[in-house]
Amino acid sequence: MSQRTLSPGRAEPGSLAKVTSEEWLRRSLLLFLLGFLLVSILLPLVPLGMRSLSDPQGNFVGLDNYVRYFSSPGLTSSLLNSLTIAGKTTLLAVGLAFVYAWALARTCMPGKHFFRAVALLPLVVPPLALAIGLVYLFGKKGLVTTGFFGFFEQNFGIALGFDLNLYGQNGILLGELIYCFPQAFLILAVAASMADARLYEASKVLNASPLRTFWSVTLPEMRYGLISAIFVCFTLAFTDFGIPKVVGGNYNVLATDIYKQVIGQQNFVMGATVSIVLLLPTVLAFVADRIAQRHQNAVLTARATPLHPRPTPLLDRFALVYCSLVAGTILAVTGTVIYASLVDVWPYRLELTLRHYDFSKVGGGGWEAYTNSLWMAFYTAGVGTAIIFAGAYLIEKSRTWSLLRQTAYFLSMISVALPGLVIGLAYIFLFNPTHWTLWGGKVPNPFAGLYGTMAILVLSNIVHFYTVSFMAATTALKQIDGELEAVSASLGVPFYRTFWRITLPLSLPAVAEIALYLFVNAMVTVSAVILLYSPQIKLASVAIVNLDDAGDTAAAAAMSVLVIAACLTVRVLYFWITRHLHRRTQAWRLP
Amino acid sequence: MKQWTTAIFALLLLAGCSAVQPSSETGTAAPSGEITVYTALEDDQLSSYLALFNEQHPEITVNIVRDSTGIITARLLAEKENPQADVVWGLAATSLLVAEQQEMLEAYAPAGLERVRAEFRDIDTPPHWVGIDTWFSAFCVNTVEIEKLGVTMPTGWADLVKPEYKGLIAMPNPASSGTGFLSVSAILQMMGEEAGWAYLDQLHENVAVYTHSGSKPCRMAGAGEVAIGISFDYRAIKQKEAGEPIEPVFPAEGSGWEIEANALVRKPEIVPAAKVFLDWAIGDDIMQLYAGSYPLTSVATEIPIPDGYPADPLAQLVENDFVRMAGEREQILAQWTERYDGKSEPR
Repeated sequence: MSQRTLSPGRAEPGSLAKVTSEEWLRRSLLLFLLGFLLVSILLPLVPLGMRSLSDPQGNFVGLDNYVRYFSSPGLTSSLLNSLTIAGKTTLLAVGLAFVYAWALARTCMPGKHFFRAVALLPLVVPPLALAIGLVYLFGKKGLVTTGFFGFFEQNFGIALGFDLNLYGQNGILLGELIYCFPQAFLILAVAASMADARLYEASKVLNASPLRTFWSVTLPEMRYGLISAIFVCFTLAFTDFGIPKVVGGNYNVLATDIYKQVIGQQNFVMGATVSIVLLLPTVLAFVADRIAQRHQNAVLTARATPLHPRPTPLLDRFALVYCSLVAGTILAVTGTVIYASLVDVWPYRLELTLRHYDFSKVGGGGWEAYTNSLWMAFYTAGVGTAIIFAGAYLIEKSRTWSLLRQTAYFLSMISVALPGLVIGLAYIFLFNPTHWTLWGGKVPNPFAGLYGTMAILVLSNIVHFYTVSFMAATTALKQIDGELEAVSASLGVPFYRTFWRITLPLSLPAVAEIALYLFVNAMVTVSAVILLYSPQIKLASVAIVNLDDAGDTAAAAAMSVLVIAACLTVRVLYFWITRHLHRRTQAWRLP
Repeated sequence: MKQWTTAIFALLLLAGCSAVQPSSETGTAAPSGEITVYTALEDDQLSSYLALFNEQHPEITVNIVRDSTGIITARLLAEKENPQADVVWGLAATSLLVAEQQEMLEAYAPAGLERVRAEFRDIDTPPHWVGIDTWFSAFCVNTVEIEKLGVTMPTGWADLVKPEYKGLIAMPNPASSGTGFLSVSAILQMMGEEAGWAYLDQLHENVAVYTHSGSKPCRMAGAGEVAIGISFDYRAIKQKEAGEPIEPVFPAEGSGWEIEANALVRKPEIVPAAKVFLDWAIGDDIMQLYAGSYPLTSVATEIPIPDGYPADPLAQLVENDFVRMAGEREQILAQWTERYDGKSEPR
C-alpha cells in the first residue's frame, strides 16, 4: 500500500551531473563497506576454495576432491541427515518463535519483559553448557529420563521417567531447537513490534474475522521477518556442528564431517571441500530469498499509527500459557547447568558444593581468560554493531549503485553459512602468511599484522555473527517508510543527518538488541576463536571446552555459569538503558 | 540525547581502534628470550612443569598455547606458511609425523638425547622428534552400573564383544580422535587384518555411541551414560581420583599406545631459547615430574609408578609400528567409516 505513495517522493537516481558531495560521501561509505565485506568474508574463502581444488601437496587437481567426496560412502546419509535436521528445526523453531513473538507484541499478557528475557536466554548459554544441560536432563541418567531419580515413583507411585533417546537425531533436534529459537525470535520480535494500527482498525471496520486479519494483515507485514528467520534457522541448523558433535551419537551430519576431516585427520583439503559444499544451500536459499523479496513494502509508513494491543482475556490467557511452557523449557535447561555446577559427583553423589568454582587447580587461564572474553565481547559488540547497522542502512536506504549494494547484501547474508571452524581455518590461511602465493609469485600480505591479535578475534566474531545481526537491522530498517527520508531529502537535509536524527533513534531498540546479541555470542563462541586465540589472549569459552575435555564437567559448568552471569548483567544494564532510551525515542509509539 | 549517543558511539569506535593497537607487536618474531610453545599436555600438569622451567630459566619467557591434540595439530599445520610456534611440546608422535612429512620440523638433537629409549624417538639422526612419555588405551568401567546391570567386569578386548555388553559401550570414532585410531590400529596389528576387522564388526554390535573425542567415552562412563568407555589411561585414573565410580581396566591382550613428543619448528629464524627449552624438556628434573603422572617416560626414572597403573607398563603395550600405521591411516579410516560410520541410528 505504501508503494504508490513512495515512488514520487523518492530521491531521483543520481545522474552524474547531479552527484553532490553528500552523494560522494554515501558512495565512499558504500565502497568502504564493500571493501570490509570483501576482505573479511569473501577473501578468506579464496584460499579455502583453492585448497579444495588441490591435492594435499598443493598441486592443482581440478574437481577431484569433490568427486571423491560425493562418491564417499557416508555422504548420502550425512546430506540427508543434515537436510532433515535443518528442515525440522526450521519448522519447529520458526513456528514456536513466531507465536511467541506475536504473543509478546500483540496481546496484553502480563510479564512481557520477563518472557522476552527468557526467550533470549539460550543465546547466553555456551553451546557446551547447553549440551551438559541436555545430558543431565535427557541422558541415560538424566533427571527427566529417570523421573527425577525415581522421586515420583517412590512418593506417588507413578513412574514419570521418559527416555527421549538423546544421542542421535532427537538430541540434535532438541539442541538445535533451543539454539535456533532465540535467533528466530530476535528477528521476528523486531518484525512483530512494528505494526500499523490503521490496518487493524480497517480490518475491524470491515468486519474481518481475527483469522482473516491475521492472514491478510499480520502475516504480510511480518513477511520479511518470517522469511529471514526461516533462512537463518535453516542455515544455522544445517551448518552447526557444536551440538551434533556432543549429542549426535552416530547420527552424522555434513558439519561433523568437516570436524572429522580438519580436527580428526588434519585433512584440510577435504575439510575445505566439504566447507564449500556447505555453502551451496545457502547460496540457493539466498537466490530464493531475493526472488521472494523483490517487492518489499514498508510497514511503517510516515502516517502509521502504532498498534496497541487491547485486552482479550481468552487470547491473553492462551498467550500466557504458551509462553510459560516455552520459557519453562528454556529455564529448565539453563537451571540444570547451574545445578550441574553445584553437584559434587553427578549422578552418584548429589550433595551440593561450591568446590567447582575454585579454578585455581584447573587449567585454562581462569579469571584472566574471563576478563579477556569480556573485552573481546565488548569490542565485538561496539565495532560490530556500528559496522553492521551502518552497513544495513547503506544497503537498504541507498538508491544508487544497485549492483554494488546487491553484492554487499549477498556477502552479508552468506556469512551465516560459514561454520565457525571454517572461519577459523580460513582466517589462518588468509591472515597468517607473511606473503601470499599467487600464480607462483609472492605478494606481501597487507593484513599479516592482524594475526595473533585481539583484532582478528573481534573480526572473526563480527563475521561469524554478521548475518543474524544484519537481518535484524534490515528488518527494522525495512519497516521505516522511505517517505521519511524522501521528505528529509526534499527539505535539503543530508542523509547522515536524517540517519542520525530519525532512522537511528527509530531503530534504537533493534540496535541495542544487535549489540547485545554480538556481546553474548562473542562471550560463548568457541569454534572460530579456538583456532585463532594467541598465547597472550586466552578465552573463557575455550577454557570451558578444555575443562570439560579434561573431565572437569562440573568446573566447565561453573565457568559457564559465570559467563551466563556476565551476559545477564549486561542484559540488565541493557534493560535500564533501553528503558531510558525508550522514553526518549519511542515516545511516538505511545498512545 | 544527541550528545549522549554521540559519546557512546565515539567510545565504542575508540575502543575498537585501541583494541587493534596494543596487541599488534605480539605474535610476530619473538626476540631472544621469548618463545611460543604449542602443547597438548594435560592442563592440570602444565602449571607445575612450567613453574620448574621458570625457576631454572627465568631469562626465557614461555608463551603457551594448550589445547586438545586435534586442535593443536590443526593449528600447527594450518600455520605452515608462517609458523607461530617455536617449539611443540608433548604432542602425539602421529601428529608430528604428519608435520615432518610436510617439512615443518627442524631436526635437532637435544642435550641428553642418548638417555632416551630408542623406541621413543625418531629414527633419524639428528631426530625430528623426541618423545617424553606415552599414553595407552584403557577401559573406563563404571562399577555402579556394572553391578546394577548384573554383568561381569571386562578384562580385555575379547570380553567387549560378549552379547551381555550390547549397547553399553562408548568408543571414540577413529576418524575424529587419535585415541580412537590408537585402539583400532592396536586391534588390527594384534589380530591381523582379517581377524581384526571381524572383531571390530562384532564390537560394533555392542557400541552404543562413537564419540568425537578420546576422553569423552570415559566421561560418559563416569556419568553413567554408558557402562564402559574405551578411552586412555590417564583419563581413567584421573576420574577415579575425582570420586567417580570408575575402575580403569587395562586390556589383558595389551593396549594400543602413542608417544607424546617434542619437536623444533622449522622457521626462518630459530631462536636459541627454543633449543634451551627442548634440552630442558627431556632433562632429568622434568622427567621426575613427568614420571609423577605417567607410568612410562622416555628416560627411565627412579620414581615409582603412579597408583592405579599396571606394574609393568612396558609389557602392557602392544607391538606398534608407527610409521606403517601412519602410512595406512587414510585407508584404515576409509574402511572403518564405510563399515561403521553413518550407517546406524543409535540403538
